Amino acid sequence: MRLSPRATTLLVLAVLIALSPLMFPSNFYYRVGSLIFMNGLAVTGMVILIGYAGQISLGHAGFSGIGAYSCAIMPVQWGIHPLLAPLLGAAISALLAWLVGRPILRLKGYYLAVATLGFGILVYMVLMNEAALTGGPDGITVADSGLPDLAEAAGLDLSNSQFWYWMSGLVLLAGAWLALNLYDSPTGRALRALHGSEVAARTVGVDVARYKLQAFVISAVYASVAGSLLALQNKFITPDVAGYMHSIELVTMTVLGGAHSVLGAVFGAAILTMLPQVLTVFAEYEHLLLGLIMMLVMIFLRDGLLPSLMRLIRGKSE
Amino acid sequence: MTIRTLMSTAAALTALAGPALADINIGASISETGPAAFLGDPEAKTLRMEVEKINAEGGIIGEPINLIMYDDGGDPNKARTFATRLVEDDEVVAVIGGTTTGTTMAMVPVYEDAEIPFISLAGAVEIIEPVKEFVFKTPHTDRMACEKIFEDMAARGFSRIGMISGSDGFGKSMQAQCKDVAEASGVEIVADEVYGPQDADMTPQLTNIKGSGAEAILNSGMGQGPAVVTRNHTQLAIDAPLYQSHGVASKQFIELAGSEAAEGVRLPAAALLVADQLAEDDPQKPVVVGYRDGYESETGEDVSTFGGHAYDALYILKAAIESAGSTEPAAIRDAIEATSGFVGTAGEVNFSGDDHLGLTLDAFEMLEIKDGNWTIVE
Repeated sequence: MRLSPRATTLLVLAVLIALSPLMFPSNFYYRVGSLIFMNGLAVTGMVILIGYAGQISLGHAGFSGIGAYSCAIMPVQWGIHPLLAPLLGAAISALLAWLVGRPILRLKGYYLAVATLGFGILVYMVLMNEAALTGGPDGITVADSGLPDLAEAAGLDLSNSQFWYWMSGLVLLAGAWLALNLYDSPTGRALRALHGSEVAARTVGVDVARYKLQAFVISAVYASVAGSLLALQNKFITPDVAGYMHSIELVTMTVLGGAHSVLGAVFGAAILTMLPQVLTVFAEYEHLLLGLIMMLVMIFLRDGLLPSLMRLIRGKSE
Repeated sequence: MTIRTLMSTAAALTALAGPALADINIGASISETGPAAFLGDPEAKTLRMEVEKINAEGGIIGEPINLIMYDDGGDPNKARTFATRLVEDDEVVAVIGGTTTGTTMAMVPVYEDAEIPFISLAGAVEIIEPVKEFVFKTPHTDRMACEKIFEDMAARGFSRIGMISGSDGFGKSMQAQCKDVAEASGVEIVADEVYGPQDADMTPQLTNIKGSGAEAILNSGMGQGPAVVTRNHTQLAIDAPLYQSHGVASKQFIELAGSEAAEGVRLPAAALLVADQLAEDDPQKPVVVGYRDGYESETGEDVSTFGGHAYDALYILKAAIESAGSTEPAAIRDAIEATSGFVGTAGEVNFSGDDHLGLTLDAFEMLEIKDGNWTIVE
């Protein structure tokens, strides 16, 4: 029996999430795992934007910031249930992405990059300066979601890191499933068509502006949910989550792992999340090595790490 | 392939570097790089230097310290991950660090959950208010700096003051704290101006303050902003005297502002900066002179109060482990809370069940800049 690429991807992801803990020597690895899944979720959204639709955004951390601060602000200021906050945050991100995306997505290439960068910095500035609401540069405490306690009441004896490992793993699976379904849907085909050539896509009747906007909004929701998960796990959040360095990290993860494949992008997220932890033994050379690895990958494996490796393996076996 | 080899090398190295079992594992997450590096760098150097010294002298209760220090780059999310790593993987008995308020607050839930004592090196009052069972801190709070400044203003007969604050984390936090305590300290804030930390000219804000009839001016900020304010203050020939915060307590500030413009500027700071001017019978004198001479000969850099915070944290921890006679985190915590009469670079520390800062206003010296140097205001 031959599985479809979609089913294979989901299966590989599910098996990795389920079996990795067998090799974890301590709780700390659950923490790193959960971070990989949260970054992986945001990066899956970037695959839709960059890999499917061929658009670039250097401001997606702004949406992560909105998702994260929704969880911090809504329950305390307006008495909204902590579990409703991520959903409302995602809705706000979607609305904002729609409003901002309409004018911005008329731009192309580096103009689009600069415009989205500007949007991200704008969100960051608001989070920094509206101290009365956001706590300013020092950050804000996030109310407990009650989810880990709920799991405990249900008879699951999990530490905080373990709980968020499974939780974010599940959300990542759901996100990957949606993204993979989208790939083969009419919308996905339209996105890939406009990625190839906007003029050609328009000639065959694809509403280019609408589909670009859709991809932008969907990826914003992914980033927002990832930000919410991070806030709920950390129980404390600072404006850094919306900082432009985080935006650039997201794009780097996507491109490093392979922008055209969900699995590749998650692989990229895993590598960039783990490397700083692995490289602590080299302390002073950490940034140097990180930069070197990224340069080498981009020069020699231009399709991204995973697709290039897969081709290498296939090429050898044939 | 490269990645796999690299990772296995790294894993092998980690295994090699693993500590012997009897060592006392003390963790630290410091912002050695990134935007807060000017704080974290002297902290990290101080910790390395002092741990080496303690180990050379036979360690604590006969065991050497194994310092496990990570660089969080000022990123709270990274700090949080390192906190989990320190607790779960490195199995430390106590942690020093959190260079900034953001990194500290991100780590607090981890140590509270794991019941590991944690001594922060960050400024904000939120860290210890409300009191958290396992969290302590060594630096003065911004609020204390405000109170010390207002006390000095009131003593000189100024009651109407103008504030000018940087819009960065430090400036904003102190601005809010000062406004909080102004009334209780008997001063009224008649002007409240803000500037961006990178601004090159603050004359419009200072002109507004001049027009408001303020009798004294307080600048809360750090970095280059306060130096610009000081220069503009002289250029505009404003009579109202200028007060700076403890955030500029380094020689670099006088150099940036120019000793002529800085003449007469007052600021609260720890005794460390004026070690030589302390009275011979001051109990702090041997501590601050010893630390300063050690740091300056080891690193060749000027001593800063930030490194002093790390020094205090390490020695409070050392004293606590010695008095507890144990390396159980819970016992260490109790011993830290029982610390009294500890003389560090920041002043005399007396922790108690409802005070995890343990410093009083006396710990600050009011300094005035004269001829490009600090002098203690009597």
